[in-house]
Amino acid sequence: MSWHNTSIALMAKALAAKEVSSTELTKYFLDRIESGKQWNAYLDVNTHLSLEQASEADILISSGKAGKLTGIPVAHKDVFVTRGWKSTAASKILEGYLSPFDATVVANLGIPSAENPNGAGMVCLGKTNMDEFAMGSSNENSAYGPVLNPWNSEYVAGGSSGGSAAAVAAGLAPIATGTDTGGSIRQPAAFCGLTGIKPSYGRVSRYGMIAYASSLDQAGPMGKTAEDCALLLSAMSSHDPRDSTSLADSGEDYGRHLNQPWKEGNANPAKPLEGLRIGLPKEFFAEGLAEDVAKSVKAAAKALQDLGAELLEVSLPKTKLSIPVYYVLAPAEASSNLSRFDGVRYGHRASEYRDLGDMYQKSRTEGFGAEVRRRILIGTYVLCHGYYDAYYLQAQKIRRIIAADFQAAFSECDVILGPVAPDVAWRLGEKSKDPVQMYLEDIYTLSTNLAGLPAMSVPCGLSKNNLPIGMQLIGNYFSEARLLQVAHQYQRASDWHLRQASGVA
Amino acid sequence: MKLDDVQRIAHLSRLELSQAEAEAVLPQLQAIFSLVEEMQAVDTADLEPLAHPILFLRDLAQPLRVDQVTESDRRSENMQSAPAQQDGYFLVPRVIE
Repeated sequence: MSWHNTSIALMAKALAAKEVSSTELTKYFLDRIESGKQWNAYLDVNTHLSLEQASEADILISSGKAGKLTGIPVAHKDVFVTRGWKSTAASKILEGYLSPFDATVVANLGIPSAENPNGAGMVCLGKTNMDEFAMGSSNENSAYGPVLNPWNSEYVAGGSSGGSAAAVAAGLAPIATGTDTGGSIRQPAAFCGLTGIKPSYGRVSRYGMIAYASSLDQAGPMGKTAEDCALLLSAMSSHDPRDSTSLADSGEDYGRHLNQPWKEGNANPAKPLEGLRIGLPKEFFAEGLAEDVAKSVKAAAKALQDLGAELLEVSLPKTKLSIPVYYVLAPAEASSNLSRFDGVRYGHRASEYRDLGDMYQKSRTEGFGAEVRRRILIGTYVLCHGYYDAYYLQAQKIRRIIAADFQAAFSECDVILGPVAPDVAWRLGEKSKDPVQMYLEDIYTLSTNLAGLPAMSVPCGLSKNNLPIGMQLIGNYFSEARLLQVAHQYQRASDWHLRQASGVA
Repeated sequence: MKLDDVQRIAHLSRLELSQAEAEAVLPQLQAIFSLVEEMQAVDTADLEPLAHPILFLRDLAQPLRVDQVTESDRRSENMQSAPAQQDGYFLVPRVIE
């Protein structure tokens, strides 16, 4: 059985029917990880710990205490702290760091215990590579080397959740967690041919998620299908009293609409999306969008129209400005969040220093990579007395306009459709010399983080050079179940999500 | 932004930049800030800054928990990644002579 081509929805059925055990599944994926090191998707694997969890899951299954996802393996982005596996956020400053606790996401998905009675019973396969502290759009900013794209190893996997994307695309995990501060779930999902969702801000706990930009960071699933993402998100999301921004109304079954028509009572099986109004922002199809990406996304719009949806043009006038707004706010928050790394309680400490101040300075300089240092410098600058109003506050005010523009668009449509990124994956090294060029690649994903809206990436085509193209679906606040419904209906009528990465056996 | 600014913010960030590194990073930061300058053309008079996205949608009360001990003693686990320690304390260079 080729389990790496199997959705977790089917895997759950096979486990429940005792056709396979969690231990067998876990061994299967650990073997693939061992022979699939060329993509550099994982930063830490611990066979012993994974198999221990699998045997606990098997006991739960045989004693009738299993939940929907019990026994299914999952890979965690290295931004989530985990007991047992090292947690580094792909930074030298956290090399070898062992967390004394599990992130809430890890606990929610993990093996249940006395202190974690509601764990879903999934088995951790290891920690996936990423851009250092989630700062990057290509996974080339990892201190432990870039992730290669399983569709073509000369190309980037996208970032910052590039390791999670490559792991699922290469069949080294059936599903993975990711985080999205400015597109870090959606863009690598698009580049590797996966489905991923960034939920509304506050849906998933940030406790134990190594912080980058706290008012933008949000975790979500990256998998092969919308249905798989709905299953994982339902288990990830919960109200967490340990995260003050976690929403009280977080936990729900995000898969409840999957097989329903958009409009209640619609009995026409050929037109399940009748009544759905899809807005295409004209700014998302303007100059700068690659021709084959535009073509595929428009073809996907047409396919949704064939399923009964109505297409209309909407406007998000401040789309371009989301880049400077994001690259002021995110570095500002990062410079504050990363001040905790001082070489005192954990993390790298320089071997030689004059005094305490020198120790801070040398430890941080040696521990942080170039992009992280750059963003700390930007953030410190925009928060300085004299610049704060012109940069930081101005960015937060435009953030309000961006959020309001979305509401204006949602007064005319239910879901917004556009590309995830202006182009498909680029060659390794192609954009890493020029930070601004890399930042411009984030143009279509940043605004939803600024507004806190849910958004998805769904495979919808292949480029001329056989690399995946993703479409982006953006919904209004807390409409994740509806977004997943649209994506699921599209996937019932298309097969782009089933295409296999060419370099993968 | 000038070279002096780079050294000043590097110091505030507790980062060390050699003259050559500062000279290399300056044009990158200048390029980023020329992008950032595009924000100045937007009229934001009478607008409140938006610090938390959900506050755009609805008012949220600051969640407060009951002030009670919930964590057990995990001193040894908390110390396991300390770069230097002695007698269960984090060790730092002498601050007061």
